[in-house]
Amino acid sequence: MIEFRNVSYTSEDGNDIIKDVSFKFSERFVVITGPNGSGKSTVARLIAGIIKPTSGRIFIDDKDITDLSVTERAQEGISYGFQQPVRFKGLTVKDLLSLASGQKLTTAEACTLLSKVGLCARDYVGREANASLSGGELKRIEIAMIMARNTRISVFDEPEAGIDLWSFNNLINVFKELHENTQGTIIIISHQERILKLADRIIVIANGVVTADGEGSKLYKEIQTPGCVYYRKGE
Amino acid sequence: MPFKGLDAEQIDLLKAITGRTEFDEGSAYNLRLNGQGVARSVTENINIVPKTDAPGIDIYIKAGTKNETVHIPVLLSQSGLKETVFNDFHIGDDAVVTIVAGCGINNHGHGDSEHSGIHSFYIGKNAKVKYVEKHYGVGNAGKKVMNPTTYCELGEGSYMEMDTVQISGVDDTSRKTTAVVGRDAKIVVKEKILTDGDQKARTEFSVDLNGENSGAHLVSRSVAKENSSQLFVSDIRGNAPSNGHSECDAIVMDNGRVVAEPRLSANNIDAALIHEAAIGKIAGEQIIKLMTLGLTEKEAEEQIINGFLK
Ligand SMILES: Nc1ncnc2c1ncn2[C@@H]1O[C@H](COP(=O)(O)OP(=O)(O)OP(=O)(O)O)[C@@H](O)[C@H]1O
Ligand SMILES: [Mg+2]
Repeated sequence: MIEFRNVSYTSEDGNDIIKDVSFKFSERFVVITGPNGSGKSTVARLIAGIIKPTSGRIFIDDKDITDLSVTERAQEGISYGFQQPVRFKGLTVKDLLSLASGQKLTTAEACTLLSKVGLCARDYVGREANASLSGGELKRIEIAMIMARNTRISVFDEPEAGIDLWSFNNLINVFKELHENTQGTIIIISHQERILKLADRIIVIANGVVTADGEGSKLYKEIQTPGCVYYRKGE
Repeated sequence: MPFKGLDAEQIDLLKAITGRTEFDEGSAYNLRLNGQGVARSVTENINIVPKTDAPGIDIYIKAGTKNETVHIPVLLSQSGLKETVFNDFHIGDDAVVTIVAGCGINNHGHGDSEHSGIHSFYIGKNAKVKYVEKHYGVGNAGKKVMNPTTYCELGEGSYMEMDTVQISGVDDTSRKTTAVVGRDAKIVVKEKILTDGDQKARTEFSVDLNGENSGAHLVSRSVAKENSSQLFVSDIRGNAPSNGHSECDAIVMDNGRVVAEPRLSANNIDAALIHEAAIGKIAGEQIIKLMTLGLTEKEAEEQIINGFLK
């Protein structure tokens, strides 16, 4: 269960980015969508603790986590796959997957994780996660890291971005499988119809406010109508 | 064979710089302890001869030697000892050899200990040399000073890779590496340095690319913590159609300071020379990413630094 209770976030330069947002859900597959710049990644960063709300509180399973640090939230079981993955000079893909899973992985174990995201594993495990990896490769490694953590809450920020069609099909299956076979909550920030279709619940954020929030199968159709009201309501 | 007569601390030093406490039977090595050669072994292809006119050794690698390794560690555990040692490597044509040098200083006394190793490499045609050097110091009273000077002459078609590592405990170091590179030859230098406390490190590379199609690739990765400071100077002169590349990548932490002074001279129209330098603190997003995996800020920093210097 995740709850935002009247959460606002104002950036350092005084922009109101999230405005009095409240939602609460216990569904295990939730998709957050909305126009570019509406505040979706900001919500994800608030969940992970990378930024703190200017006002309001955040709860998971009725525990107030608002004052917990990034590390403490990670240890509480929150994982966040960045929209733009971070590059590291010196750390290998295997190092990162090992850090993510909290134990030193063997090459075979790292390979298994990478094959889930469609990377031809052995070519990658020993490589540095630096500028030499392509955007799509890095993105898939980021997703594999979240899967390696296998925590109770996993937030994926536009997992489809930069990923080729074949890997995307693969990824959809992986998300389905995660949904069916684990007890964790999956939150995906996405613009992708096929991901929206999987959602138990959809939350639409536009211009820093929630403009729609409801059952996935119902909202899925409504938000696709041209000029959808939910996209504009926040303006 | 384990060395007789080394005490536990000396064995630890040896382990820190070579990763081992003994050498393979029948391999070539020379161990220098507190200013004296104390153990030596030669092979059919590798001869080690003490110099008579100066401290140090001449190492002769026969032409055509294949895949042998020579270890020449230096240990200083007597406080206040200062020495300058000359080691000359004569590497025959077509030889393929790995040379593992290194200096460990354990200074518990109050005098300053100092080792200046002057190493010269004369590399024959088409030979391949890997030279590994590790510097390490322990003890906190007297200073531990190391000043390695390396001179390399690369013959036609030869290749030299030099890996130097100084991770801990050296108070003051000034490293000078000079190379003269012949036709179709290439030198690759990989340097890793971590300084902390009030340590100072200075590295200078000076490379003359004299032969047609010669090359140099210098890569320095360094971390300056606390109040330490580092200076990186590189000077690559392309005197012939050649390729030169130097790269200085440094992380500063606390009050650490790093200065990079790259210099490239193209003295030939077909010399292609590149320098890259990046100095700064650890990227905040790297720390945050690792914290989202459950690491503390300090653990995240350590992982990033360890990876960077690995
Ligand atoms: N630190 C900041 N300072 C100022 N503005 C910021 C800051 N962080 C985000 N913003 C702004 O807040 C808004 C929301 O950003 P956010 O990254 O949450 O959007 P998003 O919904 O994830 O968009 P996209 O779909 O493009 O990923 C944007 O207009 C962005 O420019
Ligand atoms: Mg975003």
